[in-house]
Formats: sequence, structure tokens, C-alpha cells
Amino acid sequence: MAEQTILGLDPSRIPDILTATWETLLMVGWAVLGILAFGIPLGVLLVVTDTGGILENRPLNRVLGFVVNLGRSFPFIILLVALVPVTRRVMGTTIGLRGAVFPLIVAAIPFMGRQVESALREVDRGLIEAALAMGATPGQVIVRVLLREALPGLIRGTTIMIISLIGYSAMAGAVGGGGLGDLAIRYGYMRFETPVMIATLIILVIMVQLIQWLGDWLARLLDRR
Amino acid sequence: MIRIENLTKVYTTPDGRQIRALDGVSLHVRRGEIFGVIGPSGAGKSSLIRCINLLERPTSGSIQVDGKEMTRLSGPELRRERRQIGMIFQHFNLFWSRTVAENVAFPLEIAGWPREKIRRRVAELLELVGLTDKAKAYPAQLSGGQKQRVGIARALAAEPKVLLSDEATSALDPETTDQILALLRRINRELGLTILLITHQMEVVKAICDSVAVMSQGRVLEAGPVLELASRPGSHLGRMLLPSWNGLTPSPGSSLVALTFAGQVALEPVVTRVARDHGMDINILAGELDAFGSVPVGRLLVELPRVGEELQAVLADLSARGVRWEVVARG
Ligand SMILES: Nc1ncnc2c1ncn2[C@@H]1O[C@H](COP(=O)(O)OP(=O)(O)OP(=O)(O)O)[C@@H](O)[C@H]1O
Ligand SMILES: [Mg+2]
Repeated sequence: MAEQTILGLDPSRIPDILTATWETLLMVGWAVLGILAFGIPLGVLLVVTDTGGILENRPLNRVLGFVVNLGRSFPFIILLVALVPVTRRVMGTTIGLRGAVFPLIVAAIPFMGRQVESALREVDRGLIEAALAMGATPGQVIVRVLLREALPGLIRGTTIMIISLIGYSAMAGAVGGGGLGDLAIRYGYMRFETPVMIATLIILVIMVQLIQWLGDWLARLLDRR
Repeated sequence: MIRIENLTKVYTTPDGRQIRALDGVSLHVRRGEIFGVIGPSGAGKSSLIRCINLLERPTSGSIQVDGKEMTRLSGPELRRERRQIGMIFQHFNLFWSRTVAENVAFPLEIAGWPREKIRRRVAELLELVGLTDKAKAYPAQLSGGQKQRVGIARALAAEPKVLLSDEATSALDPETTDQILALLRRINRELGLTILLITHQMEVVKAICDSVAVMSQGRVLEAGPVLELASRPGSHLGRMLLPSWNGLTPSPGSSLVALTFAGQVALEPVVTRVARDHGMDINILAGELDAFGSVPVGRLLVELPRVGEELQAVLADLSARGVRWEVVARG
């Protein structure tokens, strides 16, 4: 049995590896949706409530800025553990896909908020003014000018977010169970099956490369400047 | 069409300093005219034009556009009013992610026009500014002049009653500037659109403005029809237009007089006739012939060998022939 290997990898591990890969994809996929759903509005708020913004609101801007910085200053592994009771309440479980996705989303929202903020700040003030001069409402300015003109930047920011998320998902999986991180720890670390470890690493590298390539391609395609 | 009364705008900088950008400005822009505001950098021209559509909230004063007091409008009312006021910009401010046609469609989209009506209106506007073949191009693929034409089409899309122009030709080369000015003139004539433009380029005022206000340090120094102001003795506008003649002194028994000929009289041999009638030689020291719109304006600095009552007689004769004069120095 042991001699039937693929570059040292026991073929009977392959189904586990495939399952773990699929779990990681699911974890990251769901987390991305959640992060975008909250991170984009957060980034928009950070920009429009700032001094000179179209919905200037200094107190709100300060509070948001503070909360975002707070969120970003927690190391993920600590947040992961600290969030366990909250995760249980919100998701009903702390393990598996559901248990891992929640802390991932919470941890990445502040990061994504800043990515969105910096992408939106790249939009020339003149464009916002032109839209306002044409009678656009704040909502129209946000959707039709800010978000639309910042799309390439938003895609670049999202790419960066997804790539960090893949790394974090390994940690979340290791705690909650599931995904490539969990697999690498169970076989590679606890049972000294180095080939499994290497296989997960190769899969992660390919994932990161693919996402970076896709993000760059899409951002370039949509950048009309 | 636009009536500005005692407008002030005070900016407070982040470090707490107060900058009085507009200091009691009053202006009246008549329906259908092209009104220019000229002045040096920092005079407050941009602040003025941005107060009109309330991109900048005035500190005090009144702004009426077509009889509506802008400073008292609610949010939705202001947006509705802004749709009636087109604006073009020095750096065009086109939406990079939108094609030319989509840029022009923007004001119509946000006003909730139906798709088919937008399509027809956009085609009409692109025809007007001569960019029909660029409908699907993106702004990054256009020249400066083409970009500004898109800006103009976009500003005109919702059929505004006023067009505001903030240094619309300042980023363009002279040839392109002429094309854009000609387009603005044509729009003004054909659509009867009132245009308020600000500029620091005298050529713009000369080329297309009917009226002009000269601004400096937040105040309007003078305002009126361009021709009248240019030929009014001692006017700032006149001085900006004239070749400078500082330091010239007349010989004893002579006077230095600046003459302005506006209109038909600029093309007539008035000076030689006056010289002949009064039996004297007129020494021409400096001069230029200019055109305001299509009206020729001539300016001469002459030395008349006359002083006292004899000088008065010559000046009266010049006035009678439609020449405006200003005695610069007496010998
Ligand atoms: N947002 C602002 N905050 C503070 N000061 C301002 C602001 N905008 C303009 N100013 C100041 O107000 C004065 C008038 O500026 P404004 O832009 O209206 O002049 P301008 O005539 O348009 O000049 P330019 O020809 O250089 O465009 C200047 O001293 C300028 O520094
Ligand atoms: Mg300016």
C-alpha cells in the first residue's frame, strides 16, 4: 500500500484533500459575500460622512473610524476565540463551515471597509461635483458615480481581501473544523504526513495565483482611464 | 435671468483662518446674453459661479435664477433647479467609466427619463456638438476639445435655461479654444441660452461676451456691456486691453490723449479728418485694432499739439464723431 504513492502522497488521502479544497472554497465564497455586503456600505459611509463628503457627519465618521481601527487591531486568532459565544448565538454552531464563516466575516469587514474607502477616495472630486450640479441625489452620486467610477479599485481591493481571507480561512478551519488548514494540521502536523501538507500548500498557492490573475484581469478590463 | 445681490462667501480654513472670497458681489445677467466674469487668480470667480448653483453655500446675500431665490430652496427643490442649470468645467469632469453617449445621458438618467427618449435626445446633442461618430468612445480616447464638447452636450442635455462655465477653455490650446468658444456662441444664438462664464483670458471676453464684470479680491470693480466698458475712459477693462503707455510725457504745448473707436467708426479715417479740420499734425504713439465679437474696436494713443480751450474744441469734435477719449497727460 505504502509503495503506491504519487510523489510520496498516499492516494487514499486524495478524497480528503478534494473535500477540504471544496470546503475552503465554500468558506471563502460565503465569507466574501458577507464581507462585501457589509464592507462596501461601511467604506461608502467612511467616505461620504467625512469632512467635505456629500453626507458630512463628523461624529458618525469618528465613531466608524474608531470601530474600524479597533476591529483591525485585534489579531485574528484572538478574535476567533473571543467570538466563539457570538458565533454560537448567531450561527447556531461554532464548528464546520457555518462556525468558521462568521468570524471570518467579522474580522474582514473593517479591512474591506478601508479597502473600499481608499478605492472611493480615488474618484475625482470634480466628478462628484459635476453630478451634484446636474441635480443628482446623494444616493445617485454613491451608486452611479462613486461606486461605478471606483469599480476597478474596488476589484483590486476585493482581490487583496480574498487572498488574505484564504490564509485566515485556514486558521478559522483549524479551530472550527474543515478546509485545507484543518487538513494540513490534522495530517501534516499531528500525523507527520508531510506530503499532505505539501499538497495543501500547492493547492493554496494555485488558488491565490488564480484569484490574483483574475482580479488583475477584471480590473484592467473595466479600467477606462 | 441671474440676479446676484450683495453676495459674500467666507471660507474657514481647517486652521481656523477666515478667507473672504466674495465681498458684497452684485451682478445682473440678462436673459439670452453671454456674461463674462474676468479677474486675476484668487479674485473669487470660481467661488462666485459655484455659489450660483449652491455647490458652495453663500455666507450671505441673494441669488436669483429665473426669479427663484436659490439660497432658500429645500434639498429636492434645489436638485430640481440644478437640472435647469447646466455647468461645464475646466477639467471637463467627464465620467471615465462611461462612453460619450452614456456621459451625455447621465443628467437624463438621474432625472428619470425613459430609455427611448434618452437615446433620441443623446443622438440630437451629439449631432449638435459634432461628436456623433464618437458616441461609443470613452473619455480617455478623446482630445481636450472633444472632451469639452462632450461636457457641453452633457450640460445641455436636460435643456437648461442657464449654462455656467468655469474656465471651460483654460486647459485648451488656442485653436481648440476658438472652436469651443464658437460652439458656445452658436448655442447661445440658436438656443437662446443664457451663459455665465468665468475666465482669466481676455480673449474669451473679446471673442464672445456681450457683458462683462471685472473682479478683483472678492469684489466686482465694474460691470456692463463689453463695448461700452472697454471704451469707457478709465475703465479697468479698457486698461487691460490697451497697450501700456506708462512713462510717456507730451512735449510742451501738447496733450496725450487715448482714443477709442468702437464699431463702424473704427474703420473710418477719423484721425486724419480731425487733423485736417483743425489744421494740425497728430502724432500717433501707440495703437491697436481689436475685435469684440464681430465689432471692431480701435485704440490709439495720440499726441495733440493743443492745450487748454483749443484742446477742448478738438475733443468736442472727436466726441461728435463718436470717438471716446481720455486725456492721459497734459504738456
Ligand atoms: N474651499 C476653500 N477653502 C478655503 N479657501 C478657499 C476655498 N476655495 C477658494 N478659497 C479661497 O478663496 C479665494 C477665491 O478663490 P476662487 O477659487 O474663487 O478664485 P478664482 O478667481 O476662481 O481663482 P482662479 O483663477 O485661480 O481659479 C482664494 O483666496 C482661495 O484661496
Ligand atoms: Mg477658479
